[in-house]
Amino acid sequence: MNYLASIGSYAIMVVEVFKKPTKWKIMKTLILKEVDELIYGSLGIIVFISFFIGGVVAIQTALNITSDLIPKNLVGFATRQSVILEFAPTFCSIIMAGKVGSFITSSIGTMRVTEQIDALEVMGVNALNYLVFPKIIALLLYPFIIAIAMYVGIFGGWFASVFGGFSTSADFVEGLQLEFIPFHVAYSFIKSLVFAFIIATIPSFHGFYMKGGALEVGKASTTSFVWTSVVIIIVNYTLTQLLLG
Amino acid sequence: MIEVENIHKSFGDAHILNGITTCFDKGKTNLIIGQSGSGKTVFLKCLLGLFTPDEGSICYNGRTYSKLSGGEQRDLRQEMGMVFQGSALFDSMTVAGNVMFPMEMFAKQSRSEMEDRVDFVLKRVDLIDAHHKFPSEISGGMQKRVAIARAIVMNPKYLFCDEPNSGLDPKTAIIIDNLIKEITEEYNITTVINTHDMNSVMEIGEKILFLKDGIKEWEGTKYEIFKTDNQAVTDFVYSSELFKKVRQMYIEERN
Repeated sequence: MNYLASIGSYAIMVVEVFKKPTKWKIMKTLILKEVDELIYGSLGIIVFISFFIGGVVAIQTALNITSDLIPKNLVGFATRQSVILEFAPTFCSIIMAGKVGSFITSSIGTMRVTEQIDALEVMGVNALNYLVFPKIIALLLYPFIIAIAMYVGIFGGWFASVFGGFSTSADFVEGLQLEFIPFHVAYSFIKSLVFAFIIATIPSFHGFYMKGGALEVGKASTTSFVWTSVVIIIVNYTLTQLLLG
Repeated sequence: MIEVENIHKSFGDAHILNGITTCFDKGKTNLIIGQSGSGKTVFLKCLLGLFTPDEGSICYNGRTYSKLSGGEQRDLRQEMGMVFQGSALFDSMTVAGNVMFPMEMFAKQSRSEMEDRVDFVLKRVDLIDAHHKFPSEISGGMQKRVAIARAIVMNPKYLFCDEPNSGLDPKTAIIIDNLIKEITEEYNITTVINTHDMNSVMEIGEKILFLKDGIKEWEGTKYEIFKTDNQAVTDFVYSSELFKKVRQMYIEERN
C-alpha cells in the first residue's frame, strides 16, 4: 500500500515540476549549473570506467574463444555489441544513479532539512520546478555521455586486445564493422534518455519528500540509489522487449 | 491584520491544533509562546499557508486564504516575509544573492534598482560589509539578520519569525528582537513571532498568545502577563528564578 502511495506521490511530483515555471532568465542559469555539475562533472568517472570495462569485455571474450573454428574478429564484434547495447546505457546509468542520484537526493534533502525548500514555498516559488526541472533538462545531454562511453569502451577493448596480444588490430576492427545495425545505437540512446529522466526524478523525489535530520538525508540517499537502480533494471528489460524483441 | 477563526489541524490521530481563534494586529509584534509540542510551529505554518487547516479560516486583511485561487494564494504569499529558525539561507548564494533572490523571482525592477534595494536593506540590518560573503562565512546572528533582510526586501505586509533568536547569545538576541520590532513599526507590518525566549516576551511582546496542547490558553500584553493568575502561563513564563524575582519586583512596584 505504501508503495502505491509513493508511486502516486511521484506521479503528482512529476506533474508539479512542469507547472508554474520559473523566470527563463533564472532557469537558464540553473540549467547551465546543473549541466556543469551533473554532466560535465560525471565525464571523468564515465571515461575511466568505460575504458577498463571495454578492456575486460574484450579480454574475457578472447580468453573464452578456445576453438579455432571461431573467427578472431569475434572479439571486436562482442565488445561492440556488449558496449553499445548494455554496458554504455545501462551499466553507466547504474553508476550515474550512485554518483548523480546520491548527489541530487542529498542536496535537495539538505535543503528540506534546513528549511530552504520551505523558504522557497513561502516566497511563492514552485520549489519543484525550481529544483527538479533544471536537472531534467540538464540530463537531456545524458546521451552525449553515453556516446562517449561507447567510444571509450570500444577503444578500451581495442587497446586491451591489441596490446595484450589477444587479437590483431585488423581483426578487431573487422569485428567492429561486422553486421553493424545502426538501430542498436538509436536503441541505446532511447534507453539513455529514459534513464536520464529516472536519474533526475527519483532521487529528487526521495530528497524533496524526506523527513527528519542529517541521518535521514544519508538514508534517503541510499534508498534513492536502490530504487533508481531497480527502476532502471525493470525499464531496461521492458524497453529491450519493446524495441528489440 | 490577520484574523484566525477556529483553526483545527491533525496529523493522523494526533490533534495538534484544537480550535484557535485570535487576531494579530497591524504594526505590532505578536508573539506566540508555549512549550515544545504545544503546536506553535504547526500554527505558524498554517498562517504561512504551508499547512492547510482541517477546519477554520485565516483571513489576511479581509482575504480568506482557503477561498483564494491558486494564483491569488501565490500573490498573497509574496506579501509575506519569513525568518526561519535556522535562517534557511541558500548556501550556494552570497549574502547579497540571498537578499536579491525574491526580487529576481518576482520583481519587475531593473538590475540596478534591485541592487540599490538590496544595499538599502543590508544597510538597514547593518550588514553592508557582508555583501559578498557566503552564509557559511558569517556568524549565526549575522545569518539571522540576512534572513530578516531577505524577508523585508519585497516590502511585505506580514512578517513571520520562527524562533528568531534561538542559538544566539543574549546580547545578539536582543539586537535581533529590537531590529524586528523597529522594522514592524517602520513599515507598519503585521509581525508574528514564534518564540521560547522569555527575554523576547519582556522586550517586544506587544501581544502574546500562549498555546497549550493546541488550544489558546491565554492572550494579552507583556504588562498583563505579569498580573495573570493563569497557572499554566505563570508556570511556563516564570519557571526560572530570575523571572520569578522580576515578576515579584514588578508587582511590588505596582502596589
